[in-house]
Amino acid sequence: MADTLHRSPVLRHREDAFARLPEGLEIVAEPDVALADLRVPEGAVASATGVVGVALPLEPNTWVARPGGQVVWLGPDEWLVSDADERPEALEAALRAAVAPHDGAAVDVSAQRTAVRLRGRHARALLATGCALDLHPSVFGAGRSAQTTLGLVGVVLLALDDRGEDYRILVRPSFAGYLADWLLDAAVEFEPPGPAAAL
Amino acid sequence: MQLIRCPWCGPREEVEFHYGGQAHVAYPDDPAALTDEQWARYVFFRDNPKGAFAERWSHSAGCRRWFNAVRDTRTYRFLAVYKPGEARPEVAS
Ligand SMILES: [Zn+2]
Repeated sequence: MADTLHRSPVLRHREDAFARLPEGLEIVAEPDVALADLRVPEGAVASATGVVGVALPLEPNTWVARPGGQVVWLGPDEWLVSDADERPEALEAALRAAVAPHDGAAVDVSAQRTAVRLRGRHARALLATGCALDLHPSVFGAGRSAQTTLGLVGVVLLALDDRGEDYRILVRPSFAGYLADWLLDAAVEFEPPGPAAAL
Repeated sequence: MQLIRCPWCGPREEVEFHYGGQAHVAYPDDPAALTDEQWARYVFFRDNPKGAFAERWSHSAGCRRWFNAVRDTRTYRFLAVYKPGEARPEVAS
């Protein structure tokens, strides 16, 4: 429910620094939403479609939109389901009821990750300074995702557009401060030439 | 940095992976029937070939799945990767 959503305190604490980012870069601490880890055996993926609202994406490293959120492929039998409108325990219960008869499982992992939105025309170049994946929109455009490392921290990276200018980064809350500081530091090279502005 | 191909995620940097030792070491059918020496051979003894070696790897920083790979121990070159349950592929080293 929207009134229960809050944003990571460690990210909120850095909002002044986010506001001073150079032109062409924007970082937003997104409100935390309900997240459920969904496990469904290969032969039973259709059992989740009703609750999820869309067919589970079967192609590795992709995500699809669903009512209220997203479904991210995490493994050949594992997905991350997000929902901004549902309470975490309700999302978990609905998913579990749908897949448990088919040897599937659903676990509320809402507290496991927080989301950072990175936007702007320098967004892809910024990520490329700390991520080894090919992020060119021809291979990492809208609908692509990756569990990988950014800087030194494990993230789930979602491409939200086809221009390399809009990404959602899911990170463990205890690493969110490190990630934010890393992004702010990496952004320095996109400052316009001239006297450096203090970040 | 060397890239290792995860059977699901595709090529990723080697730091995303963890090594899991020799592949295709079957758990004994009846462990209680083994002598201490036979059990020790199962637990501790592994091949150490010079050349193609079938190994277990985990894509620990990515999809967290285990898979198998045939790697040339002389060159560190990965000759094949394959999913658990699949037979070791024939590869020329
Ligand atoms: Zn993988």
